[in-house]
Amino acid sequence: MEFDLSDEQAMLQDSVHRFLLDAGGLERTRAFAAKAETRATDLADGLAQLGVTGLLIGEEHGGSGLSLLDAALTAEVMGRHVAPTAFIGTAVMAPLALQRGGSRTQRDQWLPKLAAGSVTAGAAISEFTGGREGASVVRSDGRLTGRALFPVDFEADVYVVADRDGGLSLVAADAPGLTRTRLITIDVTRPTGELQFDNVEAEPLEAASPGLISDLIDAGRVMYAADTLGAAQEMLDRSVAYAAERKQFGRPIGSFQAVKHMCAEMAAALEPCRALVWYAGYALDALPAEASLTACHAKAHLSEVGTMVARTATEVHGGMGFTDLVGLHYWFKRIGFNRQMLGGPQRVREEAAKLALAQAS
Amino acid sequence: MDLNFSDAHQAFQREVVGFLAAHAHEAPRAGTGDARAWQKLLIAHGYAARNIPKEYGGFGAEPDILKSRIIAEEFARAQVSTGLGGQGISMLVPTLLEMGSEEQKLQFIGPTLRGELVWCQGYSEPDAGSDLANLRTKGVLDGNDWVVSGQKIWTSTAHLADWIFCLVRTEPDAPKHEGISFLLFSMKTPGIEIRPLVDMTGVANFNEVFFTDVRVPKHQIVGRRGEGWKVANAILRHERGSLADPNEMLSRLNALTDVMKTETVDGRRAIDDPVFRDRLMQIHGRVLAMRCNDLRLLSAAVNRTPASLAGMVVKLQGTELRHELEALAIDVMGEFGLLYAGSPQLRGAGSWQRSYMFFLGLIIGGGTSQIQKNIIAERGLGLPREPKPASV
Repeated sequence: MEFDLSDEQAMLQDSVHRFLLDAGGLERTRAFAAKAETRATDLADGLAQLGVTGLLIGEEHGGSGLSLLDAALTAEVMGRHVAPTAFIGTAVMAPLALQRGGSRTQRDQWLPKLAAGSVTAGAAISEFTGGREGASVVRSDGRLTGRALFPVDFEADVYVVADRDGGLSLVAADAPGLTRTRLITIDVTRPTGELQFDNVEAEPLEAASPGLISDLIDAGRVMYAADTLGAAQEMLDRSVAYAAERKQFGRPIGSFQAVKHMCAEMAAALEPCRALVWYAGYALDALPAEASLTACHAKAHLSEVGTMVARTATEVHGGMGFTDLVGLHYWFKRIGFNRQMLGGPQRVREEAAKLALAQAS
Repeated sequence: MDLNFSDAHQAFQREVVGFLAAHAHEAPRAGTGDARAWQKLLIAHGYAARNIPKEYGGFGAEPDILKSRIIAEEFARAQVSTGLGGQGISMLVPTLLEMGSEEQKLQFIGPTLRGELVWCQGYSEPDAGSDLANLRTKGVLDGNDWVVSGQKIWTSTAHLADWIFCLVRTEPDAPKHEGISFLLFSMKTPGIEIRPLVDMTGVANFNEVFFTDVRVPKHQIVGRRGEGWKVANAILRHERGSLADPNEMLSRLNALTDVMKTETVDGRRAIDDPVFRDRLMQIHGRVLAMRCNDLRLLSAAVNRTPASLAGMVVKLQGTELRHELEALAIDVMGEFGLLYAGSPQLRGAGSWQRSYMFFLGLIIGGGTSQIQKNIIAERGLGLPREPKPASV
């Protein structure tokens, strides 16, 4: 029994952190937003070289065969740097779908490309976490028709698409009959959009099932929770640094209890979230009976704490917090994005209630 | 991260479950039953005082955080008492283990663990609350005795206690944090007067205690003269953790879920009401976070790595969370949630209202939430202290 990160896990986080810092940190994100880039190929290539895209993929397919907890720790670093690059869809949900639902041929064909970063994959399954506007995809005779909203990692070469009957299919982004419409959100760090399918040729994952879709959602939720943890921690760290440095009335504003207590409230709410994310990540790997429930709690709780931290950290920075100059809003918006994706807190808590009360009774 | 149960731990879990199946009916519940007999049984089986050495009256097992977790979880699941608490067991015993003399350990720990010696804590004074180091109760050495005079307040269970551990100013000329000593003495010593203070729950849980020339033998001091602040801080660390035990929270959460399955509004169970369900799940998520945080702290304790922030936030977060948990039960019961003090139709023996109010007391006691925020910000985050006002 050990409830802590290993040295290897600390090193993994550190190497991703250093890479994103060297790539420019916030300035890289600003450039991505300013130029309205769709893909930060420098980041994607660098992360692929670091082994991040192949994190979950076995060594036989060119990956490093790490755990979902390791993936969550990586997502945390992505959030910390508001990294404008694909991760949760291409490095977590799509590899899981292929590993657990794909045929041998499909695994051999796709996993090495995902690991190498030569192919980026998105996951279009949000209709299973609260269908909006009646969006739904139907598979008939191996072809897809319908609409999928807000795929995870929209700027992709191929999508894993969930259909109404609980199947999963692979669809090339340039397949005839597929219309991709970019939707502009508050969060410029992660492009999103909608997919319209008009009798599109699709390659089914033979072993797909509703259970597998649920696994993908669990994993995606823990990743969003971890991303929020990293983003919120960065906002807190910046607030503490600012409060210690900024002076008013002749002394640092962080020496005033009004400001100091805002920082303490953020830390008090956020610190237990770290252990919760570790536990939820570990549960995905090792505690199958608890994985869905803990994923729901991690997603919902981090959404609430993240929202509180995002708002409070902005206030600690005063007027500067509201400006583009300091750039806190990139994290604020990232946390807001994470909150809604794969089910907002109310939706996720209702799922948690069904699971918890079924277990209890 | 490795939360796997070894074969030995699985066997241990079966042992605990077996013990509960055989003995749970003997456990005291809501003030009934023989709490001391239950405590003795728990110590004998290693479910209480588990890691305290045998020679001091404990069970003497090597620390094993997983076994401790199994005990806590299985007892919480069964909603069975984990034994005696109180300030002697939760605060004084860990402090004596850390800083007491061998004689003090032998004399006090065993009887305290068995509930034969009940303690109260003499810390706060009318002018020394959040600013505890401002305390003025004085101790003057006269021959082989300290002569203690002054007043304490918020002294929980002083009226039931056999002994007191007490902060006394023995070095009036030293700086305020360095002039305090930590004394132990019997509450039967002449010169002690206790006046009960009735709190908002309707019970006199704490007291004012007055000392007039109370003679305390010189050797009844923990640590050296003037080291009392250091000893007290060691204790406060233990107290703050113990005020918000996440396993007890889990037990209470299970009880709350049961209430929500029983109570109905317009014929519909509260558990089927989407708003109540959502509030329950919010609390569920927060309790889970505190339980995970607790596992992290246990792991850090065994590995002797610093827990820093994760430990500092427990009292603040835990007491606020417990207060909200109890509040939800009251809202679920509606008008029935108002019933109190032996009324017919009373739910849970009035424990929901009582705990709701009691945990407001704990939000204030043991270092208020505001003091906790100062500690988190200054010691945890490194923010500057409030400048001292010019002396008057």
